[in-house]
Parts: sequence; structure tokens; C-alpha cells
Amino acid sequence: MQDLDRLVGAASAEIAAASDLPALDAVRVRYLGKKGEITALLKGLSGLAATDRPAAGQAINRAKQTVQASINQRRENLESAALAEKLSADAVDVTLPGRGTATGGRHPVSRAMRRVVEIFRRAGFSVRSGPEIEDDFHNFTALNIPENHPARAMHDTFYFPGGMLLRTHTSPVQIRSMVNEGVPIRVIAPGRVYRCDSDQTHTPMFHQVEGLVVDRGISFANLKAALNQFADRFFEREAELRFRPSYFPFTEPSAEVDVLWGEGKWLEILGCGMVHPNVLESAGIDSEEFTGYAFGMGVERLAMLRYGVSDLRTFFENDLRFLSQFR
Amino acid sequence: MKIVESWLREWVDPDLGSEALANELTMLGHEVDSVHVEGEGLAGVVVAEVLEVAPHPDADRLRVCQVSAGDGTPLEVVCGAPNVFVGMKTPLAVPGVTLPNGLKLRKTKIRGVVSNGMLCSAVELGLGTESDGIMQLPDDAATGVGLSDYLGLPDTIIDVDLTPNRGDCFSMLGIARDIAALTGAKLKSAGVDGPAAGSDSVQPVGLPVPEACPVFAGRVVEGIDPAARSPLWMVERLRRAGLREISPVVDVTNYVMLELGQPLHGYDLDRIAGAIRPKLAAGGESLTLLDENTVELSEGTVVITDDSGVIGLAGIMGGLSTAVTAETRNVFFEAAFWPRPFMAGRARSYHLHTDASLRFERGVDPAGQARAVERATELLLSIAGGTAGPLVVEAAEDHIPERPAVRLRRARIEKLLGMGAPDGDVERILERLGCRLEREDTGWLVTPPSYRFDLEIEADLIEEVARMVGYDAIPKTTAIAATPLAPLSESRVADDQAAQTLIARDYQEAITYSFVDAAADEAISGAPSQFVLSNPISSELGVMRASLWPGLLEAAAGNLARQQDRVRLFEIGKSFHGSLDSPTEVLRVAGLAAGPSLPEQWGAENATVDFFDVKADVIAILAQSGPAESVEFVAAEHPALQPGQCASIRRDGETLGWIGKLHPRVARQFDIKPTVYLFELDADKALAAEAPHAGTVSKFPTMRRDLAVLVANEVRAADLEAAVREAAPALIKRVVVFDIYTGPGIEAGLKSVALGLILQETSRTLTDEDADAAKAAAVQKLQSDFAAVLRD
Repeated sequence: MQDLDRLVGAASAEIAAASDLPALDAVRVRYLGKKGEITALLKGLSGLAATDRPAAGQAINRAKQTVQASINQRRENLESAALAEKLSADAVDVTLPGRGTATGGRHPVSRAMRRVVEIFRRAGFSVRSGPEIEDDFHNFTALNIPENHPARAMHDTFYFPGGMLLRTHTSPVQIRSMVNEGVPIRVIAPGRVYRCDSDQTHTPMFHQVEGLVVDRGISFANLKAALNQFADRFFEREAELRFRPSYFPFTEPSAEVDVLWGEGKWLEILGCGMVHPNVLESAGIDSEEFTGYAFGMGVERLAMLRYGVSDLRTFFENDLRFLSQFR
Repeated sequence: MKIVESWLREWVDPDLGSEALANELTMLGHEVDSVHVEGEGLAGVVVAEVLEVAPHPDADRLRVCQVSAGDGTPLEVVCGAPNVFVGMKTPLAVPGVTLPNGLKLRKTKIRGVVSNGMLCSAVELGLGTESDGIMQLPDDAATGVGLSDYLGLPDTIIDVDLTPNRGDCFSMLGIARDIAALTGAKLKSAGVDGPAAGSDSVQPVGLPVPEACPVFAGRVVEGIDPAARSPLWMVERLRRAGLREISPVVDVTNYVMLELGQPLHGYDLDRIAGAIRPKLAAGGESLTLLDENTVELSEGTVVITDDSGVIGLAGIMGGLSTAVTAETRNVFFEAAFWPRPFMAGRARSYHLHTDASLRFERGVDPAGQARAVERATELLLSIAGGTAGPLVVEAAEDHIPERPAVRLRRARIEKLLGMGAPDGDVERILERLGCRLEREDTGWLVTPPSYRFDLEIEADLIEEVARMVGYDAIPKTTAIAATPLAPLSESRVADDQAAQTLIARDYQEAITYSFVDAAADEAISGAPSQFVLSNPISSELGVMRASLWPGLLEAAAGNLARQQDRVRLFEIGKSFHGSLDSPTEVLRVAGLAAGPSLPEQWGAENATVDFFDVKADVIAILAQSGPAESVEFVAAEHPALQPGQCASIRRDGETLGWIGKLHPRVARQFDIKPTVYLFELDADKALAAEAPHAGTVSKFPTMRRDLAVLVANEVRAADLEAAVREAAPALIKRVVVFDIYTGPGIEAGLKSVALGLILQETSRTLTDEDADAAKAAAVQKLQSDFAAVLRD
């Protein structure tokens, strides 16, 4: 039995000393292989007296299990060390940039316009568009702006020879939509508009979103609710609005709407009003039965407020250093 | 219009400070543009009298003056103004005072003479933008009085943007009426009674075209003092309102116009020949105006005539021949009513814009002429003396615009505003606004005052109620609407989705002007534009674009010049086609790429962008609206693109757009040096889609056979692919081109193309024999169609 203890002790020492898997396997063969020393002891059991055999057998088997357990333990250690080494060789510098292309971004005006449209679209407004080269009828006459009306002079219209013009507002889409679709109607019309004016606060092209709701029982109170909700959603805060009386030939009553900004400053963001009966009638709608509201908002102004842009003209310079700030 | 607060308060004096008053104006619909306080910081500036003027011993241009500031001790002051004289009353600022222009006065020596203050010009006092010399005050100004007190300063100037419908507000009276209606403050009555006639002198007036001139009021004033000057209070009010002193007659007409809103004209009575008759110009006549410009009169223009011919442009500007001069002693005042239809757009057609034309275009009160003439006569008599003849009013009652009564229904107020108004409030508001009310069962019959021609329909009256109640008082009520589910189409990929695809592929969205330079547009589209603006903002923005490329190229050129070496831009917008008679607007998606294909990085080769980079970007969009395999790129020519690197993009035989390398000639035109690739798609065609339809997915494994052939360089990959498919259409699921090779080992003029055939059956597992047969068929087809040689 002393031999057995010595044998286990020797095996343990050799297992601990085995520095790699082949060396460990050699130890296993030496002790537990077919011709191994512990295997040999088991084979030698048959030479013992029958009464001694069970005790001796048990002791040898225990020794065998001890050695086997040590080998297993050592193997696991060696294997995980080997894996760790392999993985460590596979390590990368995680701070290096990713491969391939970068991403571009939206133009802030189109971003703001999409936001406006989306807010109304979710409330059931349909999106409509109209031509940018318009005729006088849709841009002016049908909107209750007859020839020589003083309001025409304020529009700074771009003309083509023969009288066609670039639309000065998105309001012609009101007319086209009402004529095409009839009422009730709830539409929103985003798009480019043009005015012959260029300075620090005007660009000859800019963007508007027109809104039109005509139904039975639509009132100015509904308009106020819609625009207040819009401003809250657009700015993602409780925006304070101020409705002031104003004048547009195609609405009556009319209002301009300011939003309270910064230190008590009111900034105009849109014009609106109740659709003028003449406009409804010119679209073939009974203005006694139906009432409606309309609004037109300047997208550039909204984008400037929302995204902190201080100079209108930067929108159309398309400087990548400016644009790349918008994702 | 500039409202002078002190003047306004003479007409109505509500219990409101300047700021509150300005705020109320805005909330009444008269948007305040600016509020400016005049004459602040004049403490310490007093009225002084010049007692002595002596030359400066050491400077030719300077004078040494003894001035009295009223306290008995004359002060010695050095003055450089040429207009100083003994006895002059003028403002004096003493040391310690800081003038409005920031100048801080100290007792100083000027060329050896001590100056104990400064005699001031209007500009130095912030009381004007021009002055020649120091300010001359009237002789009766009390020496020693503070200048502010003397001039009624400080005063507030409120500049308002009047809306075009409120011509009635172009005066202190007009604004005062609105303020009185809002606040209930008493409005000063503007009585018509003028000074009694001192003579029988009249200027005869006829109205041969009464529809163009239904009312003409006039009065003669004879024997005025030609040397008289307008009093300081009037000059100051005119100045604060933005007008200069000219002469008593002109100043009086301007003053009355600003006060009452009725433009007037003062004639030199002695230069009028016979009776005055307003007529319509026949065409072919000309007239020299007050400003000495001569205009050719167009037919239909209302003109003033006398026996000598045309002497004035009605409601716009008087003529030179009858104008008052420094010698004028006898004056005829005219106040006429020129109806809007005759005035609208008229001044503009002569490139004129006057205070009078502005008011007549917007509309003046047809009942205000007599009062204006009476007021002008009263003022002129007090300033320049003389004797007035009787007031003469010629009127054609039938042609004076009527103010028809408008029915206002109580229920309609609530319907339109979403808020009712008590009867008492409605009546009070409309009566204060000058309307006459007649009660009816359902509401009122409302007759607006003569000056409110903007009150034509019921909605106009409802707006007045809302305006006076205040828009703030109207509640916010969410509308209740039917909510049918909106259609959601799968037949068109959204523009946004195309945009997002390009953004994910590193394109930055640009927005460029829809009008571009004509030459640039023609270089790109190959034809002159049909859409040339008559009044472009500049020649570089003269025509409507036929392509989005000119704008993108210009944006790229700008960025390249700003050291951005890698530029990738896209735009979604309209291009304009057809003719002015029938314009077609096409929504397009266009992109531009210049510089390295990838941002500079460690992990990929730094190659310049090429055709195939951009082609992949185009496919990324088109693959969303249909199978990528259905898109054809057909070698073609385009005026803006380099031959051999240009393709039209087609699907099902329809051209969707173009792709290619910018032609070097065009690149030079845009001053672009690096290689640029461009694409442009017709959005509605390119993004037209169908809902996908699922087919059977084969459960059987695929097999692959590769082959490489030598073909002539000109043979196109797409044709090889198509031929291979055709060889065994039932089995070949997919063909890939996995290598193209030219160079050592390949005969010049030939290229090696390696193709992979992916084979599959839907009903059984393919055998090697099947696959080999398919490959053999493909090889044979390539041999016969393209004289291809199979490589081992």
C-alpha cells in the first residue's frame, strides 16, 4: 500500500510538471495506459489471495481515480491556457474605426418639412402637391386676389413671358384639391415657393406647408386648437402661440401666428384663417353649409427655430460643413 | 406707416403706456414693426440765444459766440456752423451733458479759446438724419427752456405695417378710430367746419367723367405770404412721421394727409388756366411732373386737366406747370376722391409710388374730402395769412361707392368662431367701429361707415367682432372629424425611402435653387430652356432647370473649393420640361459623387469613386421598387456625360434615368477639377413598385458550375449573362460574373470572363450529368453567339 501512495505521489508530481498536452498524455500512458503502472497493479490483483483482493482492488481503483482526476484537472488548465493564448493573439484594437463608408444626412429644411407633414399626416391629413409653374388663376384669382389687388404687389412674383408664373405660395393647392376632391377635405401640401426678393432675410426660393380643412362645423376655435397642438408637437414642448388679426384675401377672419421664443420675443411662424366664402364658392363648395380653415407655414423659419440656424441663407449654400451637422 | 404718439394722443388718449399701446396695435392687426423713442437724452440741452458772433482769432472757419442760456450770464462758445447769426435761437448743450449720439461734452479749449458748451445741429441731437449747420429755433422760443419741453419730447414713433385692406388706417385719425373702438376712449371729433370765407373767389371745377372722380372738393386761398415758414410744431410732426419741410402749402397738404388720411394737392392758382376737369387720358399725351420727370400717359389714366391740357396725374402726383413755387401768393387746394378701380396698379405702371397713390390704391374715405380741404385752409391761413374763398364741393352722388348693409347672423358668429358673443357685445363693438345697426330676428343688418369699404360680407363683420374681443379670447377646440383609414399604397416606394437609402450610402441631401444659369442648363440638357424668367433675381438664376445636375454641380464646386475633397450630394426635386403652354414637372432623384469612394481609412484601399460605385448606389434605390436584375444599363450618350462612361438606366424598356462620368468640357464650365460621377432618376418611374408575390422555394440543393471564356473586349457582360441563361433556362437560377481579366497571358483585344452558373430544379435533386449538360449548353451558346473560346 505504501507503494501505491508513493505511486500516486509520483504521478501527481509528474502531472503538475507536464507543461503541455503531449507531456500530460505521456504521464497518463505511464500510469493509466494499457501498460501503465497503475494498470499493472490492477492486473496483478489476480495474484492476490481472494480475501485480500477486494480491499486491494478498492485501494488501487481509488488511486487510479485520483490520478485520472488530476490529469483531467491539469488538462483543463492546459487547454484553457492554450485557448487564452490563441485568443490573445487574435485580439484587435477596438478603437480603430469601422470599415467602409460613412453616412450622409438630411437637409435641415427637408427634415423640418418632413416633420411638419408627418405630424399632420398622423392626424389624418392627406398629402397633396401642385405645380410650381402656376397660372394666374390658381395663384391669385381663385384665391380672391383679383388683378390689381394691392396684395399682388406684396407677392413679388416671378413671371414668364405670356403670364405664367412661379407660385408665390402653396395656397393654389387648396384650390386644386377642393376642385378635384370636393369636401369634406383635410389636406397638407408641402413644397417650394418663389418670390422675387433676395436679402439677409429673404431667399428667392423657400418652402411652405399649406394646410386645409373644410367640413361642416369647422371653426376658428378648431384652427387654434390644431395649430397649438402642432406647435407643441413640432417643438416638443408646450409652445406659447399668439394669434394676431391680419389680412389674407383668401381667408376671413385671418390671423398671423407668433411663437414665444427666448426672452419674451414673438416670432412669426405662419399665416392662417377661415377660408373666405369666395374661395369656397370658386371651388364649387356651398359656403353656407361648409366652413373651413387654412394655414401656410414657412418651413425655413421653423427649421431655424428648431435647429438653431441663425442665417437663412446658409440653407441654400449647401456647404457640407454646415449640412453635415444634420443627420 | 409711422404713428407719432403725441399726435395720435391728440385724437385719442387711452389709459395705456407707449408699450401697451404698441402691443394693442399689433393685436388689432396693425403689426408694429418698430417702436422708437425720439428725443431721449436731451436733459441739459436748452434754448439759447446768440448775443454776439466774433471771428475766432486763430481759425478761419470758427466763430466765437456769446450766448445767453437765460440765466443772465453770457457764455462764450466756439461754433463752427456757417449759419450762426446774432439773435438766433438755437439749442445749447453745456459741459456734463451726453448727447444722443454719444458725444460727452466737456469744457474745452478750441484753438486757444475756451468753449463753455456747444451749439447743436438736429443730427447731433438725434432729431434728424441731415442738417446744414446748427438747428434754428423760432424767434419766440423762450431762452433757457429745456429743448425737450419746448419740442414736446421725448415722443414715441410707432412704425406699423398696415394690411392692404385697411386703407382707412393710413392716418392718425384712422388709427385713433381703431384704438377708440377697442378701448372705449373718446375720439376727438373731426368737425367739418372750416374758416369763414373772406372772398368769393372760386376755382371752377367740372366733373366730365364722374365715375373716375365722383367727389372733388376745393378752396382758394389768396394773398399768402410767400416768405412764411411752417411752424416748428408742424415741421417736427412731419419730421417724426418721416416727411421733410418743403413750403407751407406743401407742408399743410402733407400734414392733413397724415392726420386725416385724405391726400391733397396745392396748386398755384395763377398758373391754372380756366376750369379744372379730371378726365381719362386718351393716350399719346405727356406730362411733366412735380419731380421734373416727364411721363407718357397711357390710355385710361385719370388726369387733371385745365384749358392748357393735362396738369396732373390724379391721385399720384401733380404737374410742374401748376406747382406752387417760392413766389406763389394764390393757392387752390384740391381734395378729390379717386375710386380704387381707377387707381389700382396705376402708379406702379409709371414706376411711381407716392404717399398719395398708396392711399388711393388702398382706398380713402369718400366722405372725407371737404373736411380735409377745410383743415388745410385753416392751417394755411394761420401760417401764411391770406384770404380764403368759399369751399366748393363738386360731387356726382350716383358714383360715390355705396356702403350696402350687410346681414350678420348671431348663429353664424358662433359657427365661424367656435364661440358665441352676447348681443350687447356685438352691438357695442360694431357701433364703436362706426357701423349703424338695425336689429333683426336672427341678428342685425349692419351698415358700415363710409371709410370701411373692407366690410363687405358677413365674415368681415365677424372678424371685426373677433378682433375687438381679441383672438386670445377664442377657445381652442379640437375638431371632431370622421377618421376613415387612409390608403397605404405599395405601388410607389416613398421618396423618403430613396432619400434614406442614399443617406445610408453616405450622400448628404442638398437643396438647390430651381432656377439656374441658362448656359449651365443648356450644357447639361443639350437644349435651350423653354422656361426663361421675365424678371429673374439675377442672370445666374434665369431659367427653370431641366435637370438637378446644374445645382448639384455648383454645390460640389463650392465644396471642392472649400477643401472638401470628398463630395457626395443628392437632391430630390422637380425639373421642368415641355413648353410654357404645357409645362411638365418631373420629380427627380439626383446624386453626385466626387473624390475617394470611401472616406480615408486604415482598413480599405483608397480608390477614387468610379462608375460602379455610383451604379451600386443607383441599384440600391431601384432594388426597392423591383428586382435589381430587371434594371438595364445601356451604353448611351448624354450631353453632360463622357462617352464610354455613360448609360441610360432602363427597366421594362422604359428609361428611368441616366448615370455616368461628368464630361470634361462641362466640368471645365463648372470649374471642377476632380472626377465627378452623376446619376439622375425620374422618381415616379424609378420608384413605381408592386407588392411582392411569393413563388415556390425549391427544397432541393443547388449545384454550381464555373466557366471562363475568352471573348472580344467589346462583348458586354450583360449579354454573356443573358446568353448563358438562355442556354438552359429551366435549370439556371442565377449567373454571376466573378472575374474579368485582361493582361499578360490574354491576347490583346480579348478579355477573360469567368462566370458562375447556379443551377437548381424545383422537383428533384440535380445530378452531375444535369449540371455538366447545362454547362456544355452554355459554352456552346457562348461559342456560337460570341465566338467565345473556353479557357481550361
